[in-house]
Amino acid sequence: MTSFDYHRPDSVPAAVALLGGAAESKLVAGGMTLLPTIKQRLATPAALVDLATIPKLAGIALDGAVMTIGAMTRHVDVAESELVHGKIPALAVLAAGIGDPAVRNRGTIGGSVANADPSADYPAAVLGLGATIVTDRREIAADAFFTGLFETALEPNEMIVALRFPVPEAAGYAKFKSPASRYATVGVCVAKVAGKVRVAVTGAGPCVFRVGEMETALAQAFEPAAVASIKIAAAGLNSDIHADAEYRAHLVTVMAKKAVVAATQAS
Amino acid sequence: MSNIIGIGAAPRRKEDFRFLTGNGNYVADVKLPHMTFGVFVRSPHAHAAIKSIGKAAALELPGVQAVLTGDDVAADGLGSLPCGWGITNAEGVPMKEPPFPMLAQGKVRFVGDMVAFVVADTLAQARFAAEQLAVDYEVLPAVVGVLEAVRPGAPQLFDDVPNNLCCDWELGDKAAVAVAFRKAAHVAKLSLVNNRLIGNPMEPRAAIADYNKGTQHYTLYSTSQFPHVVRFLMANLVLKIPEQKMRVVAPDVGGGFGVKQFHYGEEAVITWAAGKVRKPIKWVADRAEGFLSDRHGRDHVTEAELALDENGKFLAMKVMTLANMGGYLSTFGPNIPTNLYAPLLGGVYTTPAIYCNVKVVFTNTVPVDAYRGAGRPEATFVVERLVDVAAAEMGIDRVEIRRRNMIRKESYPYQTPVLLEYDSGDPMGCLDNGLVAADVAGFGARKAASERDGKFRGLGYSTYVEACGLAPSRFAGRLGARGGLYESATVRVHPSGQVTVLIGTHNHGQGHETTFAQIVSEKLGVAFENVDIVFGDTDKVQFGMGTYGSRSLVVGGAALSKASDKVVVKGKKIAAHLLEAGEHDIQFEAGVFSVAGTDRSKSFAEIAGAAYVPHNYPLEILEPGLEEQAYYDPVNFTYPNGCHIAEVEIDPETGIVTLERYTAVDDVGTVINPMIVEGQLHGGIVQGVGQALYESAVYDEVSGQLLSGSFMDYTMPRADHLPQMTVKTHSTLCTHTPMGVKGCGEMGTIGSPAAVINAVVDALSHLGVHHVDMPASPNRIWHIIQNAALPRAAE
Repeated sequence: MTSFDYHRPDSVPAAVALLGGAAESKLVAGGMTLLPTIKQRLATPAALVDLATIPKLAGIALDGAVMTIGAMTRHVDVAESELVHGKIPALAVLAAGIGDPAVRNRGTIGGSVANADPSADYPAAVLGLGATIVTDRREIAADAFFTGLFETALEPNEMIVALRFPVPEAAGYAKFKSPASRYATVGVCVAKVAGKVRVAVTGAGPCVFRVGEMETALAQAFEPAAVASIKIAAAGLNSDIHADAEYRAHLVTVMAKKAVVAATQAS
Repeated sequence: MSNIIGIGAAPRRKEDFRFLTGNGNYVADVKLPHMTFGVFVRSPHAHAAIKSIGKAAALELPGVQAVLTGDDVAADGLGSLPCGWGITNAEGVPMKEPPFPMLAQGKVRFVGDMVAFVVADTLAQARFAAEQLAVDYEVLPAVVGVLEAVRPGAPQLFDDVPNNLCCDWELGDKAAVAVAFRKAAHVAKLSLVNNRLIGNPMEPRAAIADYNKGTQHYTLYSTSQFPHVVRFLMANLVLKIPEQKMRVVAPDVGGGFGVKQFHYGEEAVITWAAGKVRKPIKWVADRAEGFLSDRHGRDHVTEAELALDENGKFLAMKVMTLANMGGYLSTFGPNIPTNLYAPLLGGVYTTPAIYCNVKVVFTNTVPVDAYRGAGRPEATFVVERLVDVAAAEMGIDRVEIRRRNMIRKESYPYQTPVLLEYDSGDPMGCLDNGLVAADVAGFGARKAASERDGKFRGLGYSTYVEACGLAPSRFAGRLGARGGLYESATVRVHPSGQVTVLIGTHNHGQGHETTFAQIVSEKLGVAFENVDIVFGDTDKVQFGMGTYGSRSLVVGGAALSKASDKVVVKGKKIAAHLLEAGEHDIQFEAGVFSVAGTDRSKSFAEIAGAAYVPHNYPLEILEPGLEEQAYYDPVNFTYPNGCHIAEVEIDPETGIVTLERYTAVDDVGTVINPMIVEGQLHGGIVQGVGQALYESAVYDEVSGQLLSGSFMDYTMPRADHLPQMTVKTHSTLCTHTPMGVKGCGEMGTIGSPAAVINAVVDALSHLGVHHVDMPASPNRIWHIIQNAALPRAAE
């Protein structure tokens, strides 16, 4: 690790101001990706802005049909929240399956969404449930947020402060874990929100994506059989030593079925 | 004396208190005054010429003490890292043995090859300086696979090693095998790959070196399984330091599995550098460095054939293997796929003729050497897969074909056609017990239940044998060993009667401090808690070959047993004097010397006291003191064997293989501590299951980069991958070791890969699948199922 400045601001504006102050400054939420990257000297930020001491960035609240989860809310807190279990159990299941206990005890929803790792779990839920990303300056719809491999609509120095999830009529998440990393080789979130069905896939491609054909089929019949025969194209999907594109394409169908089963069982 | 805990008991492990309470003393825990820090600069290229290394800028940086390169090694006239085994081809021509410089000279030959060593006052300074080092490479084409490496036109690693062929080695009677194949009723053929593995002990490798200017003594702390061998090789052959001025300490070591059983360049470089900077230097590998520099294991490509008569009797076996050595010859590299492989192809069967050819090949990968099992898992995999293929093709039940060919208990000792003479065993007994323990009778019902869930279920057997207790020195010498393979132990009885044992093996997690204390407690009647075991320091322990090859109990324990016997012999002489009786009338039992047929006796502690306070003592015929030493060189290998039965379930939709049940019935000879034996079996089985289902070291074929270079991509087996295992013993006694022990460190790893893959193939057999390469990953299994389901155009 090389030396860097370390800041602990006490407000969101202060954090954003610090980001703007120095080139190559980085926000630290849980640090579950950033710190290993720095340790491996793949990143050498000039300054770290730690969000841990900013009040009210963590927490889960329900307001009518909208659940707001603060950016600094840890995976373990989502996984164990009675509110989440009661209203969006798929989200609790997803959070409980991220990484390992050490990661879940440190990693945060805001950090995960901002990082937009192609194999991360949360992007599937954010896109699948049609969440809204609330930043220090605006609100971004999930459909406009994830733009590519580790790429999002966030502007330089823009900071996520919360995620706003509509409470769905039904939602399920199914994940094929990489046996090595336990990231999602393929993870599928299926949700029925305000009468509309959304299907979002993480892990399979360079960026989380929706599967329109499955959404249409599920809108007609919200049952596993509706997606069982829908195959997605392997072209453009990720391929690595654990899973080639053809296998990943197949897993999208398998995990979509399992997600529908989970959604119908949970609701 | 109270609290004798002897052979067969299962006390809690003595060493665990310090490990579990964070009081272990590992190399990384050692802190010396004025200690500096070293970082190795490693090649980012698989194959490249080093055009130049610009040191000047790095040397100017704050805190930098030294920057050393291959040129400095050459200038100091230091030796190459030695290979401890020399093999020859059929005509007696020695293997090609290119130099393995401790820092690369002229060329780098794998990603991770060491190019320079940077020493600075702090670790951060050393890392920064290492990054600033300007190394100018000319990148060359690389070759990582054995098949590609021997092809005409392949990139050549060494100018004087044509076709990258280190040695074209063979064993067995080629002509007899050819005759047998001609008269065979059936020939079963199999092409297979034995996947490359990375050992990944929990503690990464580390070293600290110190130089004493006053005495010109060097001390090296190293995460080594064999400190005396490191001293012997490094002092005499590499650094040319007088052996008496070199001390090597291997304190607590957090797992080895063979990975820490070699003399590594890092050890030589850091020791040499400490002499130059005149300050202690510390180096601790990080995990990524371990992946790129710890010696890898396995990596074979094999074509095997088994000839059978019409009744399924094995007539002959022919095995052609290409074995990957990586970029250089590691300490035992060429021995593993040859001498520790081909002689095991007899298995537990009466196959009368066997021929094996092994082409030992250099590639642009990390050097390959021993990893738990070392050669024997590869051989077992070939034999046990081939037996299953033959059974399937001939329509003979897999258990039945094994029975027809197994060596009968009464046929031991049994001379195989490939060098080994098995002293004892009862493979049929292990098989019979295994069938019961695994509830094979209930398999049909379990399979039917799986089918109702849309799953495939399979059962796999592996009835195997290994050669352990390495090794009889004379025999090993004939096979090319350049050192001895005996072991030594000193039993130092203190005036109190309490005991310190100094032994040349090394405990890096196996429980030796417990097992060896039980032997002494049994032999001398000393309380278990009054025996301490000392190992891992060349200044304390007389000599030793260390721990590998399931040898610590078999060879080291035998030396300890002999030394303990010597203590009793001397104790009887002292007792005879004190009790005024003839030496032959003295009996010794449970820590008490007594005159036969009388109530006159002396305790072990009283005899020890008399030996150190010799006022009433036969000084004319006996020296004071009570300390005995023994060296033991085994007369044969030991042959642990057994029956492993795996049961898997496959989800055809995802290709996931789940290990549902695992049963092992093993012949380990005498069991000293059943809890430790069970633990060794569990750990060994898990590593074998890891090879079969999860682990694989994968290189990019073009760039030679290691793609599985972290735990994000190298799949280690985890607790949730495994069922509760059933582990039992069915022992016959070894006829030539003092206590009848056979060893158990490697057998789990040796028996299990074949059992698991045989189960996977069984589960897929209805699809016409006859082999599955390791690891049987979901991706691979799914594709196999997809391909099997496709209609065949030609049919």
